[in-house]
Formats: sequence, C-alpha cells, structure tokens
Amino acid sequence: MLEKALTGGKGYWRWVTLLLGLMALGFLSYMRQFATGLGITGLSRDVTWGLYIAQFTFLVGVAASAVMVVLPYYLHDWKAFGKITILGEFLAIAAVTMCMLFIFVDMGQPTRVVNIILYPTPHSLMFWDMISLSGYLVLNVLISHVTLDAERKGVKPPAWIKPVIILSIPWAISIHTVTAFLYSGLAARPFWLTAILAPRFLASAFSSGPALLILMCLILRRITRFDPGSEPVQKLALIATYAMSINVFFVLMELFTALYSGIPEDIEHFEFLFLGLNGRTTLVPWMWAAEILAVTALVLLINPRTRRKESTLAVGCVAVFLSIWIEKGLGMVVTGFVPSPLGKVTTYVPTVPELLISLGIYATGLLLITLFYKIALSLRGQVAA
Amino acid sequence: MGEDRRSFLKLAGLAALCAAGKSSLSRLEGSAETTSVEAPKGVRRAMVVDLVKCLEKDDCTACTEACRRAHNVPSIPDPKHEVKWIWQERFRDVFPDEEAPFAAEALTARPALVFCNHCDNPPCARVCPTQATWKRPDGIVMMDWHRCIGCRYCMAACPYGSRSFNWEDPRPHIKALNRDFPTRTKGVVEKCTFCDELIDKGQPPACVAACKEKAMTFGDLNDPGSEVRRLLRSRFAIRRKPGLGTQPEIYYLV
Repeated sequence: MLEKALTGGKGYWRWVTLLLGLMALGFLSYMRQFATGLGITGLSRDVTWGLYIAQFTFLVGVAASAVMVVLPYYLHDWKAFGKITILGEFLAIAAVTMCMLFIFVDMGQPTRVVNIILYPTPHSLMFWDMISLSGYLVLNVLISHVTLDAERKGVKPPAWIKPVIILSIPWAISIHTVTAFLYSGLAARPFWLTAILAPRFLASAFSSGPALLILMCLILRRITRFDPGSEPVQKLALIATYAMSINVFFVLMELFTALYSGIPEDIEHFEFLFLGLNGRTTLVPWMWAAEILAVTALVLLINPRTRRKESTLAVGCVAVFLSIWIEKGLGMVVTGFVPSPLGKVTTYVPTVPELLISLGIYATGLLLITLFYKIALSLRGQVAA
Repeated sequence: MGEDRRSFLKLAGLAALCAAGKSSLSRLEGSAETTSVEAPKGVRRAMVVDLVKCLEKDDCTACTEACRRAHNVPSIPDPKHEVKWIWQERFRDVFPDEEAPFAAEALTARPALVFCNHCDNPPCARVCPTQATWKRPDGIVMMDWHRCIGCRYCMAACPYGSRSFNWEDPRPHIKALNRDFPTRTKGVVEKCTFCDELIDKGQPPACVAACKEKAMTFGDLNDPGSEVRRLLRSRFAIRRKPGLGTQPEIYYLV
C-alpha cells in the first residue's frame, strides 16, 4: 500500500520537497535548542509554557474532531460521510503525531521523557494525557489501516473493527477533556480554573476540525479526481456552524462570569488579552482579530445562502480555523501566566528558532496528511493524471 | 544526601508497590497525601518568618547569599532566566489578599521574604508526571534533579512562583562552587529544599543560620514545646494564599 506514496506528478514532488525542507530547517533549529537549552525560546521564569504547548492544545482539538465524521457515519448511518471518514481518521493521526512532537520539543530533558512510563503517576493529569493520546493514535492507525485494506480488496471490513470504531468515539472526547483538565485543575491559575474549559475545548475543536476538513475536501477536489459531493461538505458545514455558535456562546459565558463578579484576579487575565496590562499589549491585536474572524465566520455560516455557496463557505471555514487557532494557539496558554502569581506581567514573544521548530512540526504533519491522502486516493484511483 | 534520597526513593517505591498490591488507586493517593490532621505523629518541619525583624536592616540579603553559596544557585543576569530559591518581593505581591487600602505606599511596597512554602498539600507534587518532586514524611517538598524531565507542569501548578527552571546551563553563572552540593544541568526545575542536607545532620537551614536578626525560626510544628509553636502562640501569623487549600508551612509574623 505504502508504495503509492512514491509515485506522483511534478506538483506532488515539489510540495513534498518543500515540506521536507521545512522539516530539515525545524530539525536543525531543534538541534540548536537541544544543545543550548530552552533558553533559546522566548519563554521565561514567569511564562513557562508558550507556543509549543499552545500548538499541542490546539492540535488535540483537530485530532479529536475526526469524531465528527466517524460518529454520524457509524452511529447515525449518515451514508454521505462514507467517502470522507478516512480523511478524518488520517487527519487525526497526523494531528496526534504533531501533538506528541510539540510536547517532546517542550521538554527540558528530552532524553528522560521515558520517565513518564518508568514512573507511572496516576495523580498527574499528564500521565492520563499520555495514555489517552497514544491510545487514540493506535486506534486511528488500526481503524484506518483495516478499513482501507478492506476497501482495497473490495470486501467489507471485518466485523471486529466495528466495536473498535465505536470505542474511538468516546476516546476522541476523552483526549480533549483530559487536555483541558491539565489546565482547569490548577488552583494557581485563575484564568484556566473554570469548569467550562473542557466543554469550550470540545466546541472549538468540533468547529475548527470540520472547517479544516471542508477546506481539505475543496482543495482535494481541485487538485485530484476525488469528489466527496456537496452533501457531506454541507453536513460538515452544519456541524461547524453549530459548534462555532456554541463555542462563541461559551466564551461569552466566561466573560460574563469574570466581568460581572468583578474578582480582580479573574478580570486581569481578560484585561491582558483584550486591553493589555501594564502597557503590555502583545496579544491585543491578535485577540481582536480572532473576535472579528469569529463574528465573520458566524455571519457566513449561519446565513443559509452563504453557507450553501462554496466560495463563501470556504471563507467562513478559514475564518473559523484562524479564529480558533488564535484563541487556543496563542491566547489560551500564555494568558494563564500573565500576571504571574507574584503579580508580574512578562512579555512573551516566540523567537526565530522556536518558530522554525514549530513550522517544522507543522510540515511533518502536513507531509503525513499528504502521504496518507495520496495512498488512500491512489487506491480509489482518484488521483489526477 | 544523594544516598539519603536514593534510599528514600527505594522505600517510597516499595511502600507504593505494597499499597498498590492490596488497595485501590484512591487509597494509594490518599496515603501519599497525608494531611496535617491525619498525621499528628512524627515531625513536621515549618518555618516562621518575623517580617518586622527581617526589615530591621535595609537591603539585607544575607539569607539569599547564604542559600546561593550552599546550593550552587546561579546568578543569572537575565531576569527571564533567573533561578531563585529565597528572595524578596513586595509585601502586596506576596500577600495579594491582605489589602491595606490606606497604608502608606512605603509600607505595602516593603519587601517580604519568599521561598518554597513546603505545602502540606503540594500542587506541584500532585501534577508531577514522574514523581520527581514529592513530599517527605516530615513535610519537606523534595526534588530529584536526575528524574525531572523539565516539563514545567509543577511551575504552572505552584501558586507562589517558588519554582525556577534552568533555561540555560547554570554552571557558568555559579560564583563560588560548593563541592559538597550538586550543581544542576540545563532543563530541570529547582527550588528551596529546606536544606534537607543540613537538617538531616541536625543543623539549621543555611538561611536561618545566616540571619543575624534571627528573623527566621525553623522547627517542628508537631512539638507543642518547639520554638515555632511558641512564636505562633504568641503572635498573629499569616500564610500565603491560604484559601487555595495548599496548607503552606511558612508562617509570617506581622
């Protein structure tokens, strides 16, 4: 099956080379970080987690969102999703792999990372996050391999895979819930200490993930002979619309509780996000951009005419994706640290090596997606000549 | 001290194995986090800091310097990469809940000593995925710098900002090397350990010994006749962020 990834046109190879180049750049930057330490990043004594952990958090959501095609197809028999479940599962594999890489590059002592397995610690949420993420990876690799293999042979998938697929549904919910618990269980950080964090994570995941899948379907239709048809795209759009509305609703609830209760330590974090604190305004333009994008997305998605038209739908999906990337991939993690428990407001800006390492990891994920989709579509004979 | 830590780890591992063998997970957790109420026996280390005495001499850094020398704490000029075990912060930042609206600015901006609180219910030890930080039976929250993977989850969990990470190799920044104490490598977290290496030999912590004003008193909270208990009986003491339930073992006399 894998040999299908090794044949392709000029455009395919140009794209793969570009990704490999970015990966090499990221790897070289990581070697520098490995030699000199995490001081090479913009992190500091007060802002101890930054871009890496934020990307991890965001991508857990993308991984979990595969459930939004698997669940309707297997539990509600939405036949329209038949062609795209495999795309969702492959996206999940690539996203979980990126999550693991982002965690790995954030470790101060990466060579000791096996200590998490050597000294299993059930009272640490990180232990459970490791279990849920690696389990989810195994599930998706198994499911996609077995179903694709059956498709290649022109037979029905074996019956035993069905319960495994059903298991992957609550498992997907668990990966993002446990990831939210990493944050929401800390008494030290009022910004994260909110029971709505896990539901918020899920809502944002179930809007950004399907939005990304829609965009991928549209791109694949352009560059390959794969055509999912308009029905699954429209159903995904509906899911993204509901999830994004719920996400924005949850954010407003957070704002209400913090602002109306008036507890200073709760307000300060939102002040830092949207107005700036002690003159530090690094995140302010980003956060306002995220809000404008969120409103744009809602307008385009809720309005049936713009949702049904593919060009406006695409714009809406890009807006959803960017808005949630800013919210989770930039704002959520760093703001938990500002102000610090001792009242310090520290600016965090990622450095060039930090950005290159992150870019390298994203390139790795994109390469995986490219290879997986190439294999799947080659098997179906849907690759462009 | 290295030997001590190792033997403790072995013991703890054995105990955990036995406990896991015969009881459920929740029981295991319960026994690992003994609270003050459940453990009236044994020793419970604590420190009482007299804020008034501490301020008698302006700009005094005797304790900070003594700690620095004793533990090879690096002096890193970049504040973003600083490593700190015991240092001073403004009173209003240390005790954000102790608001005194009409107090003179000079009063609330006066410094207070901060270091690890050696909480009875330490969030750092709860979140550590490798048990590289844990609570000793006598209450000291310890660190194993050889097991720490540098994930910094403990730093996110500490409500007091008491933990430092080695963002770079600390060794070039050590002013005077103490050969009797290990140096650390880049990529691990460190903090005050109540001078376990000294108190296990029956000596007071380095900061306590260095303070000429005798502003710091170290002792056993479980011994009603101890000096710390006498001080806590005689004067009003506050702790940092008591509302979080961490039960800090550092008391500040006001």
